[in-house]
This record gives sequence, C-alpha cells and structure tokens, in this order.
Amino acid sequence: MVYNPLNILGMKNIKFLILGIFFAIVLSKTQAISWYRFYEMFKFQSFHMFGIIGGAVVISMIFMQLFKHGKIKDINGNKIIPKPKKKGFIRTILGGTFFGLGWGISGACAAPIFVILGFKLIPALILLIGALLGAFIYGVLSKKLPN
Amino acid sequence: MDFILQPWAWYIGGPLIAISLLLYFYFGKNFGASTNFETICTIFGADKVSDYFKKDWKDQKFALFFVVGLIIGGFIAANYLIPNQTIDLNPKTVQELTDLGFSNVGNQYFPDEIFSDEVVFSLKGFLILLVSGLLIGFGTRYAGGCTSGHAITGLSSLQLPSLLAVIGFFIGGIIATWFIIPLIF
Repeated sequence: MVYNPLNILGMKNIKFLILGIFFAIVLSKTQAISWYRFYEMFKFQSFHMFGIIGGAVVISMIFMQLFKHGKIKDINGNKIIPKPKKKGFIRTILGGTFFGLGWGISGACAAPIFVILGFKLIPALILLIGALLGAFIYGVLSKKLPN
Repeated sequence: MDFILQPWAWYIGGPLIAISLLLYFYFGKNFGASTNFETICTIFGADKVSDYFKKDWKDQKFALFFVVGLIIGGFIAANYLIPNQTIDLNPKTVQELTDLGFSNVGNQYFPDEIFSDEVVFSLKGFLILLVSGLLIGFGTRYAGGCTSGHAITGLSSLQLPSLLAVIGFFIGGIIATWFIIPLIF
C-alpha cells in the first residue's frame, strides 16, 4: 500500500466537506430549504421547486449518460455506476408516502435538516432527533416490514 | 457580490444541484443524504439493539464529512449570504396561509407558527417537529432514499423504484399540505 499521509488524517474526505458546504449554500440561496417553498410545491402554486428539482434531474440525466458511456470516470479512473435502488412496490410507495408526510408538514427533507441547523438550531435539532428515531425504528422493524 | 446576496433562480439552482451530484459521483461515491440517519444511529450504539445497524460506520465517513459541510454551509448562508429572507410567493399561497392563521407569510424562510422558540417549546409545536422528523427518518429508510437519492439520483438514472418513491413523496406531501396542515392550524 502506498503511504499517504492525507489518508491517515482523514483528509481525503475534506472534499466531501467542501462539497457539503457548496450544496448547503445552493439549497439556501435557491430557497430550497424554505418551508413555504415546499408548501407551494405540494399545492402546485408555484413553478420554482419543480424547476429546481426538474432541472437538476434533466441535467443529471445527461451526466448519467456520460457515466454510462465512460465519458466521465471517477477520480480513480473507475467507471461510475450508480447503485441500484432496492426494489419493492410497497416499500417505495409506502415509505415514500411516510417521508412525504413528514416533508409536507415540516418543509424539510433529509439534507435540508442539516442545513436548517444553521438557520433554526432548536427546531432542526428536534427534526433531527425525530429522524434518527425514525431510522432506528425502521432498522429494528426492517425484517418484519412488507417489501 | 450583488448576485451572491440576491435569491438564486430555479435555472441556477437546478444545474448547481446537478453539478453537486456530478462531483459526488466523481469523488467515487453514490449521491444521497438519508443513509446518514442510519450511520448516526450506529455511532450512537443502535448496533447493540438490532443487527440491522451492525455496519462499519467508518465506510460512511465521507458522507459524515458531507453532513458536517451541510451544517457549516447552512451556518454561512444563514449568517452571511442571505440579508433578506423574503420569499416571492404566489399571492394565493399567502392568502391561504393567512386564512389558516399564519402571520407575515413569506417574510422569512421559516414560519414562526412552526419554528419560533415559543412554538417549539410548546407540546404541540414540539410534537409537530418530532413526528415530522420521525416520518422523514422512517420513510426515507423504508423507501431507500430521499429527494437527493431517489428524486435526483434515482430518476436521472432511470430507476423504477425511484419513480415509485417520488410518487409516494407526492402522495404524502399532498396529504400533508392539503389536509393535515389545515387540520393542525
């Protein structure tokens, strides 16, 4: 193995920290962490969030094609293959609906919970504790839940 | 500098989110956010309760760095990059929420009716956030992803489970905003 002092200090992960800062600023500046923006979206009263998510999906599709055809490789020169998602009608529809309920009421999805910590510390902490409890309950029940 | 301090339009946000996804994959990892809830559970010792959490959290260290970045980025944005949190909402939205008893609709990112200290420290306000969080944590893990993992990564890589999950997101979100919000406010 090649000795790399950066790896020992965990420095190779710093790029993810910087990317996290960038992503948080993008979400914040486009108002994609605002409760009102998601309320509007679910009530179909504004194009804003559809434009953001739809735009991100369309451009990502182009990137996915470039990954697939090997035009863009990862930092180590490997082919990029997105992990296949777990299949199952009930788990995706029902799990998705539970998430949508929480998202619709609180106006927060997963990444924004962490971003909102910088805006509204206490409410975001309560959301985070709830989310950890929810993930914990899922883990405990995972074998008994229908797929 | 003026551009930095103005709100960014959707046609700027969409591409920048796609670039975030591109970089995440370029760095060799799968883009997503909600797996972190499980990883943090494992760190807190959930592996002692359920085998589900018997995973080496160190494999997810990169994602935790991303999370720390999200927190720092949120703090930077909140304190330095958004001098004015006013949101240009549809007048219909403003009217609707005002009728439900929301005040100063769209004057800031987060309504006081859910996020103010006063509300958060009341039983009702606390439960609204805690239960929402619970649904987010449970739902994302059951569905296998959130907005980043399913709606953006999954849809753009044409995965059927992600399409189903996004349909679920909207079923839940519509029930929440059309029926539950008017019920609890």
